[in-house]
This record gives sequence, structure tokens and C-alpha cells, in this order.
Amino acid sequence: MDDADHNGLSVDKVSMVFTLPGGGSVHALNNVSLDLASGELMSVLGPSGCGKTTLLNIIAGFLAPTEGGVFLNGHQVTGPAAERGMVFQQGALFEWLDVRKNISFGPRMMGKSKKEWGPKVDHLLDIVGLGDFGDKPVYQLSGGMQQRVALARCLANDPDVILMDEPLGALDALTREKMQGLVLKLWKETGKTIVLITHSVEEALFLGERLIVMAPRPGRIHREYRLPFAEQGLTISPREIKASADFVEKREEILSMIWEMEEEIMGRASA
Amino acid sequence: MTDAPNDNGSETKLVAAPQEQPSALMMWLGLADNSFTRQKTVKFGDPTAVNSGRLYSFITVIFLLLLWWVTTSQGWVKPIYWPSFEAVGNRLTKLYEQGFRNVALWEHVYISVYRVLTGVFFGAIVGIPLGFAMGLSSVARGLFDPIVEFMRPIPPLALIPLIILWLGIDETAKITLLFLAALFIMIIAARSGVSGVKISKVHAAYSLGASKFQVLKNVILPNALPEIFTGIRTAMGVCWGTVVAAELVAAEKGVGSMIMIAKNFLQTDTVVIGIIIIGIIGYAIEMLMRLLERWLIPWRGKG
Repeated sequence: MDDADHNGLSVDKVSMVFTLPGGGSVHALNNVSLDLASGELMSVLGPSGCGKTTLLNIIAGFLAPTEGGVFLNGHQVTGPAAERGMVFQQGALFEWLDVRKNISFGPRMMGKSKKEWGPKVDHLLDIVGLGDFGDKPVYQLSGGMQQRVALARCLANDPDVILMDEPLGALDALTREKMQGLVLKLWKETGKTIVLITHSVEEALFLGERLIVMAPRPGRIHREYRLPFAEQGLTISPREIKASADFVEKREEILSMIWEMEEEIMGRASA
Repeated sequence: MTDAPNDNGSETKLVAAPQEQPSALMMWLGLADNSFTRQKTVKFGDPTAVNSGRLYSFITVIFLLLLWWVTTSQGWVKPIYWPSFEAVGNRLTKLYEQGFRNVALWEHVYISVYRVLTGVFFGAIVGIPLGFAMGLSSVARGLFDPIVEFMRPIPPLALIPLIILWLGIDETAKITLLFLAALFIMIIAARSGVSGVKISKVHAAYSLGASKFQVLKNVILPNALPEIFTGIRTAMGVCWGTVVAAELVAAEKGVGSMIMIAKNFLQTDTVVIGIIIIGIIGYAIEMLMRLLERWLIPWRGKG
């Protein structure tokens, strides 16, 4: 393993094959490799069925790959752990706890005292703009606010890597744009390594310092980009970036790429 | 743009609320629809367009009481089939003052409620852990599934003869019957509470560094509470019905035994009073449980 002294996240020749109950098998992932330096933000894009969620579940440690392995700072991933935080689409908050108890869940599970996590949780509440909502039950919050809690809950644990599975997917378009700004701000302020899965080409382009486009059957990496937009987003307004010629050109390029993949799947299915 | 007239040149003006508002009394009685329903054009088939119809409820109640009063006072129905108002009133005073067969009226009620609470309590204490085990482990599920699935459709009343043969007719027998009635309801409720957990919540907890035990205590248990509570509420209802029936078969005390013994002495008024008490207590239990649920599990259905 040449990754032994690698600092960051490394996915090494990962393949995932599911055997179906009726015989036959599905190649969800085939020989996927990628390396993320510490502090990088990578978005993952692809048509449905390309295995991007499977990839994230393998990195998170919820699934063991059929072949290959995932390494974080040189050690192999064998299961979920606090070093790799997750932000889910929606409904993964604990609705029986208030906002503060949700955010402090990780530290509390590790037996830390309120003295240790109290100030940190208050600070996180301010960062995500929920300063006055600490004592509210989470089910009273709007969808956007709930995702802010989910981000803060993940950050409270101070993970090395944050894995985001469509975190903004269930939000309305306007809230989504605002939350993209928040994700960018948190990334810059905390310097975390982030892997973001999304269906939105615009979101992937805007947030991903790096962007991989995956192709289905078998799930594999199709194209990889290095993008300037996330860096620009820290100084220029998001609306301006998304309207720029460079952004629009990339967006159209990737959209037609995914379009063609979908067409091909349809063609294969009907053939 | 600010303070300027809008596009078509006119100032923004709010439309006044409809002039005719039915009185609050008419709405409470269900004779007038609220202003949302009134402006709907599709009402048939819209469940929210059906109001309380409270006036008609009053009519029903008054009609039934009148029917009772007329038929008994005119002697159209013999007292042995249905007692008069007066007879029920007198009997209630007498029961209140002297009790029934040397046992105070409240004690008959208390013993029935006590049996139900004890049965449900033990049913929950045993059933919840069993249901959890079945929801969490293949071994436990395999072991208990045949018993649970076999016992589930059997009405508890069908067990009375066996229970009498095994345990006689004392207090243990009754509580055992109620325990069994509550047990399978609680097992099934707890199992479905555990199985109903969203995997993303479990994954989130593990990713936040929780251990298996912490996931059980801090995610699976609270997540199952609404289902468990529904189980307790159902068990209470079933057990209340079961205890009355069990007391009809064999008991010295209890509301069920009171009406059965009264029947043997052709005391129809006592029977009617007993039935009314059974109805009121059953209703009270249900209301109390709903109140408790709203207070203890405010997050229900909001995940």
C-alpha cells in the first residue's frame, strides 16, 4: 500500500458487487480510485444508479467493499467512526431531542461533560444562524433550519472528513442557494475534507473544488474536473459566479454528458 | 418602486372580509360552516367540510332520554327489562350509601381498574423487552415468532377456561389473563417500533461515535416510544373489555361481577348502572392515555 503515509482520504480500487436473490449480480462500483488531500472539497455527480451513494456508504463504513479499500490518514476504514461525519438528506435528526441536544449528541456519546461541549455548541449555533433556537424541538424548525442543525451536529464532533449525502436535496430552490453559501463558509472556516453527493449539476459545480462525474453499469468514475468556483465563491457573489460564461459552459457540458448517459441506459433497457 | 402604485395604476387595497358572519353559537352547534368551508364549491367528499353537527348530537341524546322516560313511566316496558329513571336514581343512591353485597361501589370500580393496570403493567414489563429482542436479533425473532403469531389472533376470552383450570378463580388467575391479553399487544408494538427506525438515524448515531448500547438507548428506544405508547393504549382498551368479561364468569368483586350477580337477582337497575360505569371508565382511560401521550411524546409523527 503506497498510501500508508498518505494524509487524507484515499479510495483504493474499490469494487462493489451485489448478488441478487434470484441469481445474477449488480456491479454497483467497478475499480473506483480517488485521493483527497486534507481540506479538499469534492462533489460527486452522476445519473441515478451510478453508485455514488454506495461509494459514500463505503467511505462512511456502512458497507464493506467487495474488493479494494478505503483509507483515512493511512489506516483502513472498517466501520463507521466519529472521524468520518455524515450529513444526510433529511429526517436523520433525533426528533425527540431539542436543537442543542441534537448538536451535542456526538460529544455526549463520547462521555464529554457539558463544560466541554457547551461553549462549542453555542458557537456552532451562532455559525449556522440558529442562535435563538437552541431550546426548540427540531420538528418545529423548517427544512432549511433542520439541515443547519444537521451540519452543526456533524461539526460538533470535529470529524476529519464530512460526508454529505444530498444534504440540500429536499430544500426549495431559494433555501438551497442560501445553504450552499453556508456549506462553502463552513468549509473555509473549518478546513474540513468534504465529499458531497448531489443530483444538482449547479450545486456540484459551485461547491466542488474537485468534481467527479460517475457513469452507471458498472458504477465508475467517468470524468474529473478541478474547478475555480468554490474558491471564487468566498469573495464573489454566488449569483454572479453562476451567471458567468465559464460556469454556464461547464454546466452545459456536464448536463449533456449526464443526458447522454441517461439516454444510453434507456436505450439499453428498451433494446 | 416603494410606495408607488402597482402595475395597473391602482393602489393595493385589501378585499374586506365577507360581511355576513354566522354567530359563534351557530358554528358551535354545527348549523353553520366556518368561512373556509363556506367558500368551497366542492363539499361532498371533502372530509374537512363535515362539521361537528353538534345540534343533532343533542337531539339524539334528548330523544333517547325521552324514549327511556316515556316507555318506562307509561309502563310500556316492564321494569325487569329496563328500569325507570327513578329506579336507577334510587338504586344509585343506595349503591353509593350501602355498596353492593357489602362492598362499596367505588371498591367494585377500583378492583376492576386495579386488575387492568396490573395486567398491562406486567404485560409491558415482559412484552417490551421481548419485542425489542425480536426487532433486533434474528435468534429472538425466530424463537418467539411462532408463539406470537399463534397467540395474536386468539381473543383473550377464549383463554378463560384454561386459566380457570390451571389457576382457579382467584386474583392470580384474573391478572394472568390480563397479563396475557396485554403481553402480545406489547410485544408486537415494541417490535414494530424497533423495526420502524429510519436507518439514517441509526447510521447518523454510529457516525457520531455512539456504541451499540448507546444507539439502543438513545436512538432505537426513543424512536420506538410512540409505537410502544400506542400499544399501551390498545392494551388498556382490550384489558378493560377482558376484565369485565372475566368478572362476568367468576368473581366476587368488580364491575363485571356486580352486573352479573345483579342479573341473578333481577336487579336490572344495577345492571344498567354497571354498564354506564363501564362505558364511562373505558372512555376515561382512553382520554387519559391520549392526554398522557400528547404530554410525554410531543414529537409523535413529526420525524
